[in-house]
Amino acid sequence: MKVIVIGGGLAGLLSVIKAAEAGAEVEAFSLVPFKRSHSLCAQGGINAALNTKGENDSIQQHFEDTIVGGDFLANQTPVKGLVEAAPGLIYAFDRMGVMFNRTPEGFIDLRLFGGVKNRRTAFAGATTGQQLLYALDEQVRKWIAAGKVKEYIGWEFLSAVIDDEGICRGITAQDLNSMEIHAFRADAVILATGGEGMIYGKSTNSVICTGSAAGAVYQQGVPFANGEFVQFHPTAMPGDDKLRLMSEASRGEGGRIWTYKDGKPWYFLEEWYPAYGNLVPRDIASRAIYKVCVEMGLGIDGKNQVYLDLTHKDPEFLEVRLGGIMEIYRNFYGEDPVKVPMKIFPAPHYFMGGMYVDWNHMTNIPGLFAAGECDYMYHGANRLGANSLLSAAYSGYICGPNAIKYIKGMQKSAADTPQSIFDRELARQTEITQSIYNMDGTENPYIIHEEMGETMITDVGVVRYEKNLLRADEKLQELTERYKNIGINDTGRWANDVMPFVRQLWNMLQLARVITLGAYNRKESRGSHYMPDYPERNDDQWLKTTKAYWTESGPRFEYEDVDVSLLKPRARKYD
Amino acid sequence: MPDSIHLKIKRQNGSRDLPRWEEFKVPYKPNMNVLSVLMEIRKNPVNVNGEKTTPVVWDCSCLEEVCGACTMVINGNVRQACSALIDKLPQPITLQPLSKFPVVRDLKVDRAVLFEHLKKVKAWVNIDGTFDLGPGPRVPERERRWMYEISRCMTCGCCYEACPNFNSRSKFIGPAPLAQVLRFNKHPIGAMTQEERMETIMGEGGITDCGNAQNCIEACPKKIPLTTAIAQLNRDTTIHGIRSWFRK
Repeated sequence: MKVIVIGGGLAGLLSVIKAAEAGAEVEAFSLVPFKRSHSLCAQGGINAALNTKGENDSIQQHFEDTIVGGDFLANQTPVKGLVEAAPGLIYAFDRMGVMFNRTPEGFIDLRLFGGVKNRRTAFAGATTGQQLLYALDEQVRKWIAAGKVKEYIGWEFLSAVIDDEGICRGITAQDLNSMEIHAFRADAVILATGGEGMIYGKSTNSVICTGSAAGAVYQQGVPFANGEFVQFHPTAMPGDDKLRLMSEASRGEGGRIWTYKDGKPWYFLEEWYPAYGNLVPRDIASRAIYKVCVEMGLGIDGKNQVYLDLTHKDPEFLEVRLGGIMEIYRNFYGEDPVKVPMKIFPAPHYFMGGMYVDWNHMTNIPGLFAAGECDYMYHGANRLGANSLLSAAYSGYICGPNAIKYIKGMQKSAADTPQSIFDRELARQTEITQSIYNMDGTENPYIIHEEMGETMITDVGVVRYEKNLLRADEKLQELTERYKNIGINDTGRWANDVMPFVRQLWNMLQLARVITLGAYNRKESRGSHYMPDYPERNDDQWLKTTKAYWTESGPRFEYEDVDVSLLKPRARKYD
Repeated sequence: MPDSIHLKIKRQNGSRDLPRWEEFKVPYKPNMNVLSVLMEIRKNPVNVNGEKTTPVVWDCSCLEEVCGACTMVINGNVRQACSALIDKLPQPITLQPLSKFPVVRDLKVDRAVLFEHLKKVKAWVNIDGTFDLGPGPRVPERERRWMYEISRCMTCGCCYEACPNFNSRSKFIGPAPLAQVLRFNKHPIGAMTQEERMETIMGEGGITDCGNAQNCIEACPKKIPLTTAIAQLNRDTTIHGIRSWFRK
């Protein structure tokens, strides 16, 4: 049994561990050393109904909060599996040595997060993702030391190798130092390649989060689901190179959002949403901040920013529970959030959509799986805070064993696949790469990327007007044309950064159109997708999963009913 | 404020190629950091002499000083480039790759050895499997706090760059893995296999190769108490040595 896993974040590493535990031979590919994967930027925590705070929390309540938070677009049966497994997952992480904050009795402490009323979020300071990722990195290192897992660090996934029966038999990948391209055989391939924040130019995501792998297999026939649902995190530091996340935990621990109105502090979230106050879900908080700044013109100093205020809290309490983000704010803004309120504005953060998979996390191509942010499964139209570390971990946790189950039922293995199948895909990828090296036009790929990001953030952002979405799609088509006139500034065959970026850019442009046209088509407002032209949720027509298929002339859309077998859709209210 | 940012970058096509210096001038904008300046160069790769050149190659990922990827030597100091704010740096700003690791290209180096050393000291809790066995051991909050401090290590390599006892030919496992050994030895489950880690750090390239220069703690961007951890580990190895002598 041979399994290839792409991606070294939470979903990827748990897939690796579970496949190795089941006795498979595993090859793990990652752009960066696993320890530097984007999971480490998750700050606030991971949800599980541990119910250790005497609040009668329950699995059922976690389930309902997640479904309502996602505005009923998530398929309910998989979400049920997610919340049921959550406590066991936290305990496994605990045994791996994750330094979760503790109660005075030494139990795992829990804190409050958005869109919920019970404390349900386990956390390690404000660097929970880092701590979970490091624990898995350590466990995988143990498997590598034992010779059961082989790592390929600094390799980029290019494509799935698909045989004439349409079955995935391996991958092609490029070594980003030697620039060589190779084909690898595997009985099952798991993509755990994360989100695609780079499509928006600047976001809270790491620069490696291009979505290129998902874009590549989308062009090989894997549908991309719910692409139009992009979460804007309400509280990020505005910046030139990156929009740095200030965790929702800051509000969970008592942080208040405000701006000046008539010369006095105005706590608009508390006024508009008395039941949840500052802890409304992210889509609602982002829209409120957008409204206050852009529509009412009440941003601090006349700019697009409002205050996130923690100055009323005890400094030691803040250090122990939020130290990680206090440090980021101090380092990058030069002001101390203990003394001065932080200035924040919504930023692209998380992609609820992703590769379409069945409930075993397999795509429509047998043998090709997807897990983590790159799949579409658990968050519907909006993700609740601290559910992403959970869904990343859980999907890896079940994807590994599902891949093994698939392999055990296979008619013939990858080893029996003729070499010509691999040679064919290798030749195709070599040709694409060569064509990029040959680009000698006048356009700079980084400038095309910048323009794509500006278009996406302006026209496909928190608020989406029909005419702006059409304008965005025209711009994306213009950029696609200009792409063909790129001049590559570096034709070196050793550690060339430009060549892979040009390939990623193409894949990003494909997915940008999926997001934009998916948004244009969906004539309603649901979760993170808000169209003033259609301000209400429309269950009669749009309680449906979007599936985008790649064609030469742009995405083709199909729609599929959502599984609502466990909780009847109802109005979503937080006021 | 100057109207441009002056950079001097040490460039190299590979570990066998001779390094050369190339200078750039980039229009000044407020709130820039070293990485955002490098990103500007990418959009128009022309050096200070007006010659077309290749974009500079460097490593980065998170841009918020959590991943450790963009570590380099800036104006002579080892640090992460993302948090090196231009407004706080005297110009010209010199950028050099880490000196104790093989250069891949320009500012990108190969730090695989850092992870090899973590492997060598068995820096993990040896659990039986990831299945659900119920809650782990209860941990006092005050114990957790210092273990958490150590577990924030990004494996960036700053402490290696600063350590006079580590170079590309030495066998010293370096400051960061030693602190990890202490953390795993003190963890309630990790403690069950502490002998394996102790044997490794008492062997060649282990704790006795530390010369107590204390440069590591100064260089650590996360202020991990490396020297305290190494001192504690020194006492623990003595006790471990005596105990294993009695068990013979």
